[in-house]
Amino acid sequence: MTSITYLEAIRAAQAHALKEDSRVFIYGQDVGAFGGAFKATKNLAKEFPGRVMDSPISEDAMIGMAIGAAIEGMRPIVEMQFADFSTCGLNQIANHAATLFYRTEVPCPLVVRLPSGGTSGGGPFHSQSLEAIYAYFPGLVVMTPGTVEDAYTMLLEAINIDDPVIFCEHKFLYYHLKAESLPTTALPANKARVTRPGRDATIVTYSAMLHESLAAAAELSQDGYEIEVVDLRSVKPLDTDTILASVARTGRLLVVSEAFPWGGVAAEVIARVTAEGFGLLDAPPQRLNAKDTPVPYHPALWGTHRPTASTIASALHRLLKL
Amino acid sequence: MEQQANNNCKSTTTGGTLEIASDLYCQAYRLMLTARLLEEKLAALKRSGKIVGGVFLGRGQEALSVALGIHLRKGDIYAPLIRDQAGRLAFGEGMLDALRTYLGSALGSMRGRDGNIHRGRPREGYFAMISHLGAMVSAVCGALIARRFRGETSIVGATCIGDGGTSTGSFHEGLNLAAIEKLPLVVVVANNQYAYSTPNSSQFACHHLVDRAIGYGITGHRVIGNDLADCLKVLQKAVAAARTGGGPQLVVADLLRLIGHADHDDASYITEAQKQSPLGRDCLILAQNTILEKRWMSQEELDLWQKEIEVEIEATTTRVLREPAPDPEEELWIPFATSHIHSES
Ligand SMILES: Cc1ncc(C[n+]2csc(CCOP(=O)(O)OP(=O)(O)O)c2C)c(N)n1
Ligand SMILES: [Mg+2]
Repeated sequence: MTSITYLEAIRAAQAHALKEDSRVFIYGQDVGAFGGAFKATKNLAKEFPGRVMDSPISEDAMIGMAIGAAIEGMRPIVEMQFADFSTCGLNQIANHAATLFYRTEVPCPLVVRLPSGGTSGGGPFHSQSLEAIYAYFPGLVVMTPGTVEDAYTMLLEAINIDDPVIFCEHKFLYYHLKAESLPTTALPANKARVTRPGRDATIVTYSAMLHESLAAAAELSQDGYEIEVVDLRSVKPLDTDTILASVARTGRLLVVSEAFPWGGVAAEVIARVTAEGFGLLDAPPQRLNAKDTPVPYHPALWGTHRPTASTIASALHRLLKL
Repeated sequence: MEQQANNNCKSTTTGGTLEIASDLYCQAYRLMLTARLLEEKLAALKRSGKIVGGVFLGRGQEALSVALGIHLRKGDIYAPLIRDQAGRLAFGEGMLDALRTYLGSALGSMRGRDGNIHRGRPREGYFAMISHLGAMVSAVCGALIARRFRGETSIVGATCIGDGGTSTGSFHEGLNLAAIEKLPLVVVVANNQYAYSTPNSSQFACHHLVDRAIGYGITGHRVIGNDLADCLKVLQKAVAAARTGGGPQLVVADLLRLIGHADHDDASYITEAQKQSPLGRDCLILAQNTILEKRWMSQEELDLWQKEIEVEIEATTTRVLREPAPDPEEELWIPFATSHIHSES
């Protein structure tokens, strides 16, 4: 039986889109003959001559170029070499792509792929989770798939969507995460998923933290607690209904995110649940983020900087006693 | 007159001896006059409180602006900037879109969602600038790459920028990208000596901005920015070169903006010496003098043009002032184009 990794699913989705839709092309540093820093575009330049283009190290111009092409009816996919470097293109994303449709009624269908999140040894500039920055700006869709199947179907949906999509794919999952085959059906990207049903508390999470959270939930089940795990899948739009329905079942909420704590996705989820579902809560909602420092390089420091199954389990124990 | 800029670089050119036909010159003049009169109306509307927000005028830069717009065709891409009323008119924008956007009419192309110079019709190749200087260069590159994918040839993409805008990373990245991809891009730099109040000496240290072309490996052109004939010649050459496979063209004009940065600015930082220098001469008056000296048109004919334009401006203004403003109750407050994405409450 063959298996497919999260990274291969991303490559397969791009291959599928290139094959099916002549408007799709890929632009990024080293994505052509070399196949990309992570090989997410391996062999695509050969299979689709002229449509997988190497770019200069010009994140601003890469996005600007994609915007102009999108206005003219193309469906560009821009690969950032690392999510961290997308900040050099932030102006074009936030002020140009995100505002275009609202200002002009002309859609801006582009996808920016951000290899995101921490891996051992990544350090401050190759580890960041920037979904909250992009979710802040009106007009951007921000996807944060945490499974192989979602990586595939959500990237296809991202390419089809008429709006700019920031596609946060997690580098930690690239090689670790495997599925037996590519999915044939898909949940729409704007819907969260209850990955593990439960009774005693809800974890709302996304991306790589889904797996740490599932491990923590498994650990607590040995003590007789049933923890529900909700995978947001997309942080914008945010599926508040699914979150509230889960909190209605459990009465307790822990939000887990690998991003920095200040004003992020976890804060937004808690704000919404507090404002719209205060009466559903049996205890103050809690959040667990990475620490409020740059992401450290050394594995010992990095492993403590981000939430892990064991720190999530501790946070759950505390929440259950509140 | 063509100069070899450097051994293994593309050439730097100036207008040279190319002759400009009188009808093209007069047509350009009419557009310049229209831009000037329309902008004077915009300034008056601002003073009388009818326009909310800034009014950015291109007084003194009409010759350069029109010379680009007039050499573009339907199907080309045009991304004008703040001082390009003349070029916008030449590219085919009616004064209706300008007035509607400035006056915030719900019927305008921007529907009150954006204002003043931040307007366009991107589907028609007329891009709507964002404020962030330099950002439009790479967007035009992208449009040209899309056209290349579709196999379209003989098209040109053009954008404009000021001396200050050339200091942005965006400008550099965009031009470099265009050069790598050998795109039919024309970038027109209006060096009006100041970026807001900042003089050239605090903006760049190269001898002349056109020298930047050498660094990018593209063709550079110098132009006398208040001389309509020179502007028409150089832009004709640059646009034709881009259209016929010559790659990106950087056109740098020297001129002076004869008005403040925006309506609130008296431009007291522009020196008397600069105002009295050849740079300070008004391109519109120079062009009018040329038309009269060469007897291409009589004073009476020019006066008639002015009347016609004034009548159109007044009629359009009256019409737009009666148009509805955007209604916040009817505004959808949705920034997304995709229907299932904005189901979020
Ligand atoms: C990236 C960026 N920074 C700052 C501004 C604010 N700003 C608007 S116009 C301007 C001066 C522009 O000067 P220049 O490019 O020479 O054009 P000019 O106004 O002289 O036509 C500045 C600083 C801006 N629009 N974009
Ligand atoms: Mg200037």
